[in-house]
Amino acid sequence: MSDPILIIDKLEAFYGDFQALHGVALQLREGELLSLIGSNGAGKSTLLKSICGLVTTKPGRIRWRGEDISGQPANAIVKRGIALVPEGRRLFPSLSVEENLVLGGRVARPGPWNLEAIYDLFPILSEKRDAPSTSLSGGQQQMVSIGRALMSNPDLLLLDELSLGLAPVVIKDIYQMLPRIIGNGMSAILVEQDVSRALGVAQHFICLQEGRVSLEGNPKAYTREQISAAYFGTGAAADG
Amino acid sequence: MEWINAIVQGILVGGLYALFAAGLSLIFGVMRLVNIAHGDFIVLAAYIGWGVVQMLGLHPLAALIIVVPAMAAIGYSLQRLILNRTLGADLLPPLLVTFGLSVILQNGLLQVFTADSRKLNAGLLETASFTVPPGISIGTLPLLMFATAIAVIAALQYIFYRTGAGRAFRAVSDDREIAQLMGLDNGHVNAMAMALCLAVVGIAGVFLAIRANFDPSFGPSRLIYGFEAVIIGGLGSLWGTLAGGILLGVSQGLGAEINPGWQQLAGHIAFLIVLAVRPRGLFPRIEG
Repeated sequence: MSDPILIIDKLEAFYGDFQALHGVALQLREGELLSLIGSNGAGKSTLLKSICGLVTTKPGRIRWRGEDISGQPANAIVKRGIALVPEGRRLFPSLSVEENLVLGGRVARPGPWNLEAIYDLFPILSEKRDAPSTSLSGGQQQMVSIGRALMSNPDLLLLDELSLGLAPVVIKDIYQMLPRIIGNGMSAILVEQDVSRALGVAQHFICLQEGRVSLEGNPKAYTREQISAAYFGTGAAADG
Repeated sequence: MEWINAIVQGILVGGLYALFAAGLSLIFGVMRLVNIAHGDFIVLAAYIGWGVVQMLGLHPLAALIIVVPAMAAIGYSLQRLILNRTLGADLLPPLLVTFGLSVILQNGLLQVFTADSRKLNAGLLETASFTVPPGISIGTLPLLMFATAIAVIAALQYIFYRTGAGRAFRAVSDDREIAQLMGLDNGHVNAMAMALCLAVVGIAGVFLAIRANFDPSFGPSRLIYGFEAVIIGGLGSLWGTLAGGILLGVSQGLGAEINPGWQQLAGHIAFLIVLAVRPRGLFPRIEG
């Protein structure tokens, strides 16, 4: 098995006096899809934000391809090949669809993704390229947000709550695209409220509870009850 | 005829007010920063222009070649070294810091250049004029200022909506956090916006110095004109800023026509009326 490209160890994160992460550790290999589950406030988004540099962390806690990236600013980390699809999509409202995508391609690392490839993946965006990003439906906005992150040709894609606020049929469509989105050996970490969907697509999962890892492994190795216990912190699986 | 003349002159001087205001509007749009020292930077640019003309013996308009880049460099450093540290959720720190800068600039200029009023001599350009058929006389200099204001605003509009730098400005304005994920360094983007703002201030300062006497205490009233033009036009709208400048200039011209003492008062009253009737200005930016 190849060496992990992302190694996180003893990660702590704070919002002021509030500690959101308590010594989280994880490893990710090239081409792997990791699902991150946990209830609201468990620290999932904070973990993603720490990896991409939006939440500052102490040095030495996050190693990417052998280099310590903890504490680096987000605009430097994206150049190293880590892109985030943020929770709630967060498109730039004063930019058109195409401008959002072009801005995502400001950091253009070598790779298969460019405007044509995004329009090929999501043909509807090609029709709406000049529309203000705010005029799109939620699902279309999610496509722009994913496309914007892909435009930098990342090696690691962080997907935060893809299904938040979207209709079930739209969620299904987006998940059907997932293999095309993270093909080509791209690694991904997926944060998802919908546990069965998150576990259905991943080779590996981590369950966070109150900022600590409460369970991890192959989704098939655990029963629903074990995962549910780790999720809600009700059973023996929680070791805290 | 006198009234028409007053309106025409008011429109033309409105161009200068638009030049005062364009930078303020840009900076507020990009980083929600209200620069209280804006007027004093206009005066600083006027003094730099005066110094360049004194030392090199250039025509004042030729001095722009030095003043504009110098002001842009000052803007970039000012933002990077001082103002970026004050930006945050709270609007008050940048307000206080730029207020302090305003005091420092005024007193610094007073120390270096004394309180004597100065003026840039543009020679024949100052008095040249031509008469449009029914007895309306248009000065070449005011017309040049007005044309420059239109050109500057068109250029800013182009930069803001058609270039990569403009996309970066709008993205940082929309969402500072996500902008970083696009590889943008917010500090640098802010500094580029301030450089652009003070480059425009450089042009405004030199025109101010050619048009009338100036001294170190001149800044705050230029700031007021700039603010009023921005608010009348609608925050964030560059062409609105030009309209605001024109409305201000015309009101002042008409006020002066009624009674010379009413010139400034008429401008302020026009501003208050717009604020009361259309609090978001004449051309508010459409929010998404």
